[in-house]
Amino acid sequence: MAARVPVPLSDVAPAGDAGRPGAPSAASVRGLTRRFGDRAVLDGLDLTIAPGEFVALLGRSGSGKSTLLRALAGLDEEVDGDIEVDGSVAVAFQEPRLVPWKRVRDNLTLGLDVPGPAARADAALAEVGLTERAGAWPLTLSGGEAQRASLARALVREPRLLLLDEPFSALDALTRITVHRLVLDLWAAHGPAVLLVTHDVDEALTLADRILVLDGGRVAHSWTVTARRPRHRDHHDLLALRTALLAALGVPPEGTR
Amino acid sequence: MSVAGIETGTAPRAGGAPAVRVTAAGAALRAAGRRSYRWVSPVVVVLVWQAASGSGLLPARLLAAPSEIAATALDLVRSGTLPTAIAVSLERVLLGFAAGAVAGVVLALVAGLSRAGENAVDPIMQMLRALPFFGLIPLFILWFGIGEAPKVLLVALAVSFPLYLNTFSGIRGVDGKLAELARTLRLGRAALVRHIVLPGALPQTLVGLRQSLGVAWLALIVAEQVNADAGLGYMINDAREFLRTDVIVVGLLVYSALGLLTDALVRLLERRALGWRREFLSR
Repeated sequence: MAARVPVPLSDVAPAGDAGRPGAPSAASVRGLTRRFGDRAVLDGLDLTIAPGEFVALLGRSGSGKSTLLRALAGLDEEVDGDIEVDGSVAVAFQEPRLVPWKRVRDNLTLGLDVPGPAARADAALAEVGLTERAGAWPLTLSGGEAQRASLARALVREPRLLLLDEPFSALDALTRITVHRLVLDLWAAHGPAVLLVTHDVDEALTLADRILVLDGGRVAHSWTVTARRPRHRDHHDLLALRTALLAALGVPPEGTR
Repeated sequence: MSVAGIETGTAPRAGGAPAVRVTAAGAALRAAGRRSYRWVSPVVVVLVWQAASGSGLLPARLLAAPSEIAATALDLVRSGTLPTAIAVSLERVLLGFAAGAVAGVVLALVAGLSRAGENAVDPIMQMLRALPFFGLIPLFILWFGIGEAPKVLLVALAVSFPLYLNTFSGIRGVDGKLAELARTLRLGRAALVRHIVLPGALPQTLVGLRQSLGVAWLALIVAEQVNADAGLGYMINDAREFLRTDVIVVGLLVYSALGLLTDALVRLLERRALGWRREFLSR
């Protein structure tokens, strides 16, 4: 049975070789608080993400998952607390947010301040299998294609921290599986730290090194997932962890009440 | 964009079921039928008009016969009267339109891109918009005399409001999520305006452009009724003195032809500039 690890998070050893003690973190958050009116959605939250670590963030609706992601992305100026991000951050949103009046390649090069941006964009499009759609208008893409273009736009910036805000939730089940594999491949190839916000317990179990559950404005639970990838849903460690995760999210095991 | 809508509605898709194709073909035939009969009623009207003029039922001092109008048009072109008049009127519209368009768009940018700009510009524009601008003609004559200035300025004033209002609302209507995206892509203010705000406002600006071109011709016609010594309006007023209804009708037809022409130009521009939308619609 997977243990519930309470905060403080310094007790939790991040998985992978990136988690050496003393190594710089990809992102470090201390005492993060965000109030909407009287309600503190984030309440003194602490979180450290190691370089190259894949972290999945779960939580019930309104638990502050997206608020935390927006704070890390620099999109929320009304947060209190310390946020330290080492290097560049890129975001892929739930809706792909491609700029509709820019062709796919131009979406990738938008704001891309490197020599030879077009070649870099084409390379990124090749990685996500969209070479043939480089000159297409975004509105002509399918949902899966648009989300892959959005991932390519994030990765072409070679971020140290990649923020994924439920980017797979609008995809159909089959497309989601292929995009999951793509994300793992891209993560392995480029090695950014990833913070994935999701509602989907199985998605978190399939992808992440570490799974966090947000509750009461803090990281209430943290599990390290050591199972090798590619992971199968019926792996016995994952099944046990799944039950624990669901319980933490307020879904009791079947047959109990 | 209604054309695109019709295309998607009636075009038979390749590989569609035969029954569907038959229905689509039938619809296409019916549409072609509707189109081919549309010219009948205007032609009948012109024929009746010609007959009424020929029989003396419609005296030429009220309305000249179509044949006479056509002959007069030819004469006016040959004598150089009409080309000169068109050139003068066109120049007034172009000058007025250019001045009004620049003013309208610049003010919309000032108001649209910052709250302070909106507070400074928008109340004044809304107040001026409430003025009936044709009612300003007496003041314009007092201020600017009876030369070219009041005519050009009236056109400019008329043009600036539709462009201001549409561009302003276009800028404010740009998807906030794209502005957020621009922040995550580290776009600076100038790049944000260039890549996100202006292209995002363009569809609405083009709506304003069409409206303002329509109103530009209207303003010109009104302005040219007052104290013009050249141009289409002058030609029409002069013809009134001599009961030349044929010349008046020629002038009116030229006004409407020029109006249609400028509208077609904007539509061409729309098709080029909004290709990203058209492709989506006609898919």
